[in-house]
Amino acid sequence: MMILDLLTALAKVVIIFAMILGVVPVLIWMERKGAAYIQDRRGPNRASILGMRLGGIVHSFADALKLFTKEEIAAGSVSKPLFYIAPMITFFIAIVTVGVVPFAEPLRLFGYEFNLQIADLNAGLIYVFAMSSIGVYGLLIAGWAASGKYPLLGALRAAAQMVSYEVALGLSVVAIFLLSGSLRLQDIVIQQGALIWDWNVARQPVAFVLFMVALFAETNRLPFDLPEGESEIVAGYHTEYSSMRFALFFMGEYTHIIVGSLIIATLFFGGWQFPFVAAELMRSNMDGVIVIGWPAAGIALLMFGMFLVSRFRRRYRDLRDYETLLFGVPAMLFATLLLIAWAGLLTRGYLDNIPAWIGNAVVFAVQLGTLLAKALFFCAFFIWVRWTLPRFRYDQLMNLGWKVMIPIGVANVVVTSAVMVFRP
Amino acid sequence: MSINAISILVLFALAAAVALGIVLISALLGSGRKSTEKLLPYECGLDPIGSPRRRFSVKFFLVAILFIVFDVEVVFLYPWAVVFREFKAAGEGALAFTVAAVFLGILLLGLVYAWGRGALDWEE
Repeated sequence: MMILDLLTALAKVVIIFAMILGVVPVLIWMERKGAAYIQDRRGPNRASILGMRLGGIVHSFADALKLFTKEEIAAGSVSKPLFYIAPMITFFIAIVTVGVVPFAEPLRLFGYEFNLQIADLNAGLIYVFAMSSIGVYGLLIAGWAASGKYPLLGALRAAAQMVSYEVALGLSVVAIFLLSGSLRLQDIVIQQGALIWDWNVARQPVAFVLFMVALFAETNRLPFDLPEGESEIVAGYHTEYSSMRFALFFMGEYTHIIVGSLIIATLFFGGWQFPFVAAELMRSNMDGVIVIGWPAAGIALLMFGMFLVSRFRRRYRDLRDYETLLFGVPAMLFATLLLIAWAGLLTRGYLDNIPAWIGNAVVFAVQLGTLLAKALFFCAFFIWVRWTLPRFRYDQLMNLGWKVMIPIGVANVVVTSAVMVFRP
Repeated sequence: MSINAISILVLFALAAAVALGIVLISALLGSGRKSTEKLLPYECGLDPIGSPRRRFSVKFFLVAILFIVFDVEVVFLYPWAVVFREFKAAGEGALAFTVAAVFLGILLLGLVYAWGRGALDWEE
């Protein structure tokens, strides 16, 4: 093994880790803004750094700072080691699950292959389930260690619920394994191809619905948020937590959503496959992709900048007024530069012969963007559902898990395998 | 050790370090003015009554036991599902299907039994 391999492995871990952690504040912002607009209000829009509010996203960072400086309280007769370690387990498990998600096709640059996937395990999905099943320990330990009645009730509910839906979660993907014949996520993605009707969501709609519902239950999101149902048991298993220990639960939940969305996109929506345009097609027509894609990006950026500038008003009479100009003018300038550069390169004929490595890099970027876009869509879906549906009753929850999802999951497996065998 | 195993271990180490780091930084930055009221477990503003760790419904244990049975059975399905195509290619598809159908039938029988005995009912 070469030292270069070790360095790329380290770089990949750090890049992907930073990417996931970087999306968490954005997702929290999306949640608040989404909730606000669904409830017909404006949401967070006050916190600012030198007049920059970024549409309220600064609130996420302000909250993080606030939570860092809060007092840590271990109230009552807590068992301290367990109490301290529980939030760490939750956060750790949520983020470690990302280890097998393939973010793009292996990138070939100068004879070296770079695979943006932390570990290309041949038991990929088993790893995901193995890790996510440990997640229940975090909640159970948290609720048990904190000395309170609400945490205990929350932990019991969380354990029973996550355990029940894990069976349905495991059953729903058996049908995917039947189709793909592999547990490697990269194989599953490659097999789905670029055509939308070949994606697993079209071939296995029942499995998709089961997986989606079970994932909602696993992440303890509404309509399955009974473990922390605030109108019944205050805040469930994290009632007694404060400061960053509470924030670790919070971050763990959002990380879980992000990783879950990535896995949904990978298993059912073709992963990094760009709809209808296969990587090979893109690579062989790289001239056209760049000649059209470059000015399209430039014009989109230009219009974004113009939109921001057109929103300029002297409303507050302080720095906040100039935020739109601060971002709009550079965006417009940069877009103009992009367009001029494009025109110059095009007329001089530099865009006729794109070197292969630029083509590979562009394809890589497009694939990464596609997967992230799909995952962000599902994150938005999680938020949308949370602020739209009411909470289940506990008996409804258990009935849905055991009496509906598991029989449907078994039937799905039987029907899929029967069709595979007996179809002429 | 393969590069995959090393990558996963590095990820584990980084995740654990970040989790620990966050808690340590917050312990350093956080204020610490304890008082007896702060150190009471939350019970809607009243003094806590009785022990917090009390007995709870036996249903939760039942769910845990059922989970172990069913989850293990589901995990047994994974290798079968992965090699199913190879069986089909070898012309043994019907055999593979029958085997799994019998296995799933037993699983369903167990579910029906648990259902009939009321292990899945939460209404009192």
